[in-house]
This record gives sequence, structure tokens and C-alpha cells, in this order.
Amino acid sequence: MGAEFLFQGATIERLLGGLLVTMRISLFSVAFSIPLGIVMGVLFTRKNRVLHVILSFYLNFIRVMPQLVLLFLVFFGSATSIGINFSGEVASVIAFTLWGTAELGDLVRAAIEATPRQQYWSAYVLGLSRRQTFRHVILPQALRSMIPPCVNLITRIVKTTSLCMLIGVVEVVRVGQQIIDFNRFEYPYAALWTYAVLGLLYFAVCWPLSRLARWLEANNSLRRRHRERH
Amino acid sequence: MNTTLSRRTFAKVLGGTLASMGLVACGNSNSGSDSTDATNADTAKSGTGFRTVDQIKDSGTVIIGVFSDKAPFGYVDDAGEYQGYDVEFAKRLADDLGVQVKWVATDPANRVPFLESNKVDITMANFTVTPERAEKVDFSLPYMKVQLGVVSPDKAKITSVDQLKDKTLIVAKGTTAETYFEAEHPEIKLQKYDQYADAYNALLDGRGDAFSTDNTEVLAWAIQNPGYTVGIEALGNTDTIAAAVAKGNETLLSYINDEIKKLGSENFFHEDYAKTLEPVYGDAANPDNLVVEGGQL
Repeated sequence: MGAEFLFQGATIERLLGGLLVTMRISLFSVAFSIPLGIVMGVLFTRKNRVLHVILSFYLNFIRVMPQLVLLFLVFFGSATSIGINFSGEVASVIAFTLWGTAELGDLVRAAIEATPRQQYWSAYVLGLSRRQTFRHVILPQALRSMIPPCVNLITRIVKTTSLCMLIGVVEVVRVGQQIIDFNRFEYPYAALWTYAVLGLLYFAVCWPLSRLARWLEANNSLRRRHRERH
Repeated sequence: MNTTLSRRTFAKVLGGTLASMGLVACGNSNSGSDSTDATNADTAKSGTGFRTVDQIKDSGTVIIGVFSDKAPFGYVDDAGEYQGYDVEFAKRLADDLGVQVKWVATDPANRVPFLESNKVDITMANFTVTPERAEKVDFSLPYMKVQLGVVSPDKAKITSVDQLKDKTLIVAKGTTAETYFEAEHPEIKLQKYDQYADAYNALLDGRGDAFSTDNTEVLAWAIQNPGYTVGIEALGNTDTIAAAVAKGNETLLSYINDEIKKLGSENFFHEDYAKTLEPVYGDAANPDNLVVEGGQL
């Protein structure tokens, strides 16, 4: 019903190629955000005023900024103000890492602060040092409870990469628009079909992620129950 | 316990708010000094920011910004190849320079920033010459000319600007149409879209009464979409379409100008028209009303 255009020429391959760009940007951004976010979250819980002011400034700086503005700042701003010319994809990874680090850092902070006091006391009673307590008792629990919001953030990053087309990155939505434009004369419903395919592609990436999150969560509570029994 | 906690939270919230307020203030003062910064940067940058003809030749690749979803000027075919009237010229220019082309997909609104930040060497994206843009980028000789057109459904055809009063006109952000209607007809309600594809869809869905952009564009679209007609074919001034380079990139600009003059002698742009635009416009348009040869209006 007017969707034949999807199977003509290299249309499917191009959409998948676009999806690859989307996933590449997301993957690198997440891969950088996770370690940086954990470091930021841990530093956040330190009782150091200066550190705290700097980090909350950073967090709020990123929070008040629409991702698009952040993207433009990194892409155009860096070129005009400091003369560093990032490619579209690199600029995207930087912008999304800045965002992901801030959000993750806050999640890690919240998770650490939410760990019950008793966990610290029990560890101290067992003779663990502050450092040991943090590394072996608090952090593992905090990180585990962070998995669901973390996966939620990743899917948000994946979806937000569609903004990258505005700095010339040919990712999956841009490819979709090129396909719509090329076929708009002959196939009046090209837009509808193409957007439907785009929706499916995003679903194919994000759905396994949320399944994974649910599995990890279930696994996690299983393990906890197991531990409680012993 | 409870009070200390809430006090701490309060302090945090306050700190955060202050931090973001400070940020906004910083942002303002920055944008205030932006203009002077930009001019300083320009003078400091000339020579290092943009690439001269020799640098482009040495690198073996010229970076050209074109539309990738605006047939028949710049689009990507189903094989994934860039095509169109602008693209033909870009390909020929690259051939004569003896280099490969790296295409950059641009949108109407980011054409100027791409040049200002030296992300592309040349922009050939149906770029209408305006005084405001000419302050920020350098335009070559024209290779095409246009006026504005307004397309509307046959059922409620718009044939004069007066009819648009109190109606919703769709425009694409950053286009000449947006500037023209904002300045000349503030009484008309504008509905703006980032993407051409979205603007056309808005017209098809009836979210606006008419859509205005360059007449070439609406003429082509109306032919392919039965039920829609270009009621106003020529509005506003005659605008020219030219290639653009970063401000001050004289070697590249003169190279393009010489190329346009040279191509005029072989009637290149009429051939380009026959190859890319005629299949779309058919008999609806006279090539001499659109094509500019050798940079001579």
C-alpha cells in the first residue's frame, strides 16, 4: 500500500547505515558517561565544599541547557571561540557525554546517599576501614540499585541523538527525511511509512535495553533473596 | 535528623539555583561581548580558519554543504548518491579543482553557522543572497534567480497577499520567506518548521492555509501534488542564488567566480537545468527565468 519505495535501491541499507551512526554516537557517549558519571557521583558524596559547589554548578549548567543548545555549543562554539573543529559525530559524542555524565553522576550520588546507615555501621563493626567500606559494601549496592534509572538514561540518549542531524550528522532520522524527500512526489504516504519504520528501528534498539534492565533487576533481587536466606 | 537533612537539601537547592543564575548571567555577558569577540576572532583567524584554494587542492578533498532533502536542488537518491541542480555544479567545481567532494548535509537555518565555523569550505544549498547573510559570509556570482511563491490547496486558493490576512502561513525557519513576511506582512500569522519535509506535511495535513518559500520550490511541489496550486508565483524582490564561502576567503571566492564565468561560455547551467530541474518543472517554468549563466542577470 504505497510502501514499495522502502524496498527500492539501497533504501533499507541506508536506513540501517543511519541506525549504525545513531548507535555509534549513543554507544560511545554511554561508554564515556558511565565511568565519568561514577567518578562524579562518588566525588559528589565527599564532604568537600569546593568540590560540591563545582559539581553542582556543572550539574545545573547541564540541566538547564537543552541538549540542542549543548550540541550547538560544542559543535559551533568550539570552532568559533577556541578554534577546535570537531566533526559532527565527535561533537555529538562530547555533548552527550557531558549530559550523560551529569545525569549519571546525580544518579550515583542519590544511590550512595540512599544506602542505609546500617550498612556503614555493620561494616565498621566488622573492622573495615572507611575506604574498604565504601569500595566493597556501599558502592556495589549503590551501583546495583542504579541499573533501572541508568538504562532509562541510555534510552533517552539514544532517542536524543536524533538532534545530531541539525549539525550535519546523517543519522537514522536524517536518512529517513532524505528518503521521504526523494519519494514525496511519487509516494504520497512516504512520510508515514518512513516514520513508522524509524519508530520500529528505535524500538528495536531501546526495547532490548529495557528488557535487559528488567532482567538485571530481577536477577538482582533474586540474588538478594538468596543472600538473605544464608 | 529530619531538620538537618531538609536544611542540607535546602542549601543544595539554593546553591543550585544560584549556580544556574550565575550561569545565565555569565551567558548574557558573554553574548554581549560576542560581537567584538567575533570581529577579533575574524581578524585573528583569517588564514588559519578557512581553507584557501591551495590548501583544498593539497588536501585532495573539498567540503561542500548541500541540502540532502530538498529535491531537485540537493537530495539523496535511492542509491544514496547526492543529486540535484546545486550538486551538479558542486561536482563540476570539484572536478575542475581536481579534488574529491565530502558532502555535508545542511538545513536552511544552519548554512551560515557552518560557514562561520569553517565546518564546510563552500555552501551550495539554494542559498539566496541577502544583505544580512552577506555580512557573515561571502557570496559568489549568482547561478540562479528566484522570487517567492505561495502554494495553497485548490479548494481555498490564495492568489494575493491580502487573502492571507488572519490566516496561517507555513514557512521554513531561516528562509527568505520567513524574513520577508516578518518584515513586510506582520499581520500574517506564521507557522515555522525546521525541516522542509515537515512544512510540506503541515500543508498536506491542513495545519496551515498556505506555504511560502522560493517559487522554484513550490512550483515543483505543486506539479507533483494534485489539488495544490501556486496561486502567487512571484512575490517580493528577485533574489539571486549563489555559492557562499567563509568571510574573507578571497582565493576560493575568486576561483568559484572564474569557474562560473567559464561555465557560462559552455551554457553549463542550462544543461544542468535540463538534467535536474526540467524533469520536475516540465513546461511550467521557462529556464531563462531561473537560470543565470556566467553570473550575468
